[in-house]
Amino acid sequence: MVRIIKYILYDILRTRFILLYTLFLLVCTVAMYQLDTDTGKVTMSLMNIVLMVIPLVSIVFTTIHFYNSYEFIELMLAQPVNRKVIFLSEYFSTALSLCVAYAVGTGLPVLIYGFNPSSLTLLYSGLMLTLVFVSLAFLASVLTRDKAKAIGITLLFWFYFSLIYDGLLLWVVYTFSDYPLEKLTITLIAFNPVDLARIMMLLKLDISALMGYTGAFYQNFFGSFLGTAFSSGILMLWIILPLFIAMRIFSKKDL
Amino acid sequence: MIDLRNVNKRFGKLQVLDNVSLKLDAGKSYALIGPNGSGKTTLIKSILGMVIPTSGEISVLKENIRSHWKYREKIGYMPQIGHYPDNMRIGQLIDMMKNIRNNVQDVDEELIHAFNLNKILDKRMHTLSGGTRQKVSAALAFLFHAPILILDEPTAGLDPVSVEILKTKILSEKGKGKLLIISSHIMSDLDELSTDIIYLFEGKIHYHDTIANLKEETQEVRLGKAMAAYINQNAFQHTLQE
Repeated sequence: MVRIIKYILYDILRTRFILLYTLFLLVCTVAMYQLDTDTGKVTMSLMNIVLMVIPLVSIVFTTIHFYNSYEFIELMLAQPVNRKVIFLSEYFSTALSLCVAYAVGTGLPVLIYGFNPSSLTLLYSGLMLTLVFVSLAFLASVLTRDKAKAIGITLLFWFYFSLIYDGLLLWVVYTFSDYPLEKLTITLIAFNPVDLARIMMLLKLDISALMGYTGAFYQNFFGSFLGTAFSSGILMLWIILPLFIAMRIFSKKDL
Repeated sequence: MIDLRNVNKRFGKLQVLDNVSLKLDAGKSYALIGPNGSGKTTLIKSILGMVIPTSGEISVLKENIRSHWKYREKIGYMPQIGHYPDNMRIGQLIDMMKNIRNNVQDVDEELIHAFNLNKILDKRMHTLSGGTRQKVSAALAFLFHAPILILDEPTAGLDPVSVEILKTKILSEKGKGKLLIISSHIMSDLDELSTDIIYLFEGKIHYHDTIANLKEETQEVRLGKAMAAYINQNAFQHTLQE
């Protein structure tokens, strides 16, 4: 497996996209720290980048990469190599390169300028989100043979988790605002990795007090060790489940 | 060596392989022929495990290939159209193939030299012409002394000199008691290279016998004529039946 990962990584590095992505994150993060001296506010602004840009880049890059390595996959399949090994190698090398880009691009400046628990949560949830969306991209890629269709599906995933789901959640909260919704919203949030990451981060910042009773309830739940374990566990599920389904489909796919 | 039992493959509504049962033995060379879209490549890809049959069983060297992969060590495969990673150089590609087979030392580099590929090892795959890619595919198929060789239209797109080099190579490998499966549309090539013939039509095996028998049946000397005579005979019978 290590040999195959090596070849895929070599191929990814040749496209230079990962390098540009790292540079982009680096410039953004450093610029944020230059603009403001309050690390809390900077973390807040970075959070918005992390929640929007990282899922989008991860999911689109992974899909494009998967289709570009179709030849490689085809070549490997005629060789004495296990299908699962090919698939997992593809996953690990894409995930690794995107995670390293994020760790260097955002992690490095954060460590230098303002290292505190909230920025640590930022880095942690960014990495988790990268893995989640790489998994989702693999799922979209094995579902269809058509590259354009697959990119369409991935963009739909992104729109859904970044915009549409929040709208639906808000609608539910407004419509049933007469009822106690705390437990329901926590359950609903678990169905969206982006929201999960957002709440994990928000609660580490000191602004959760502004969110009233619900904020206090969240603080009580997510702020505890159990809450962190819960959200991490759910995010892990979000990584493993799509990957597992994608692998099942891939091992039965005709190429 | 290769055993197919009632193999069916459907792509949606299209039945590409229809109840195919075959027994392929070592030391023989099989010519796989049939019109375009008759399922030759699908049959080959099923043996390689790249296409998963809808039903039926395939075993290679007495082992069911479903969810197995180790058996592919024993197969040298030359695809009809070789798809290779664009950015890789020829040398890197060859090294990679050796690498994933645990860097075996005992390799057959005869074709690499015969095709002069060793002089263009630093060329990238996407800069190669169709014929050169074909040469790379051929060189890779013969690289590991595999006891089973599957060649999907090996001579299509090659220049006459290279065709002769490849044919000589195939004949010498055939002499070593290997199992060969060659799919092609060029009957004169198959006449030289094969001992048995498998005629596939609309996913069904219509004819499976030795070339000598076919020639005797049809009273023809050349395989091309014999095959044409056989097909015409069958078509005639079909019209009579209808």
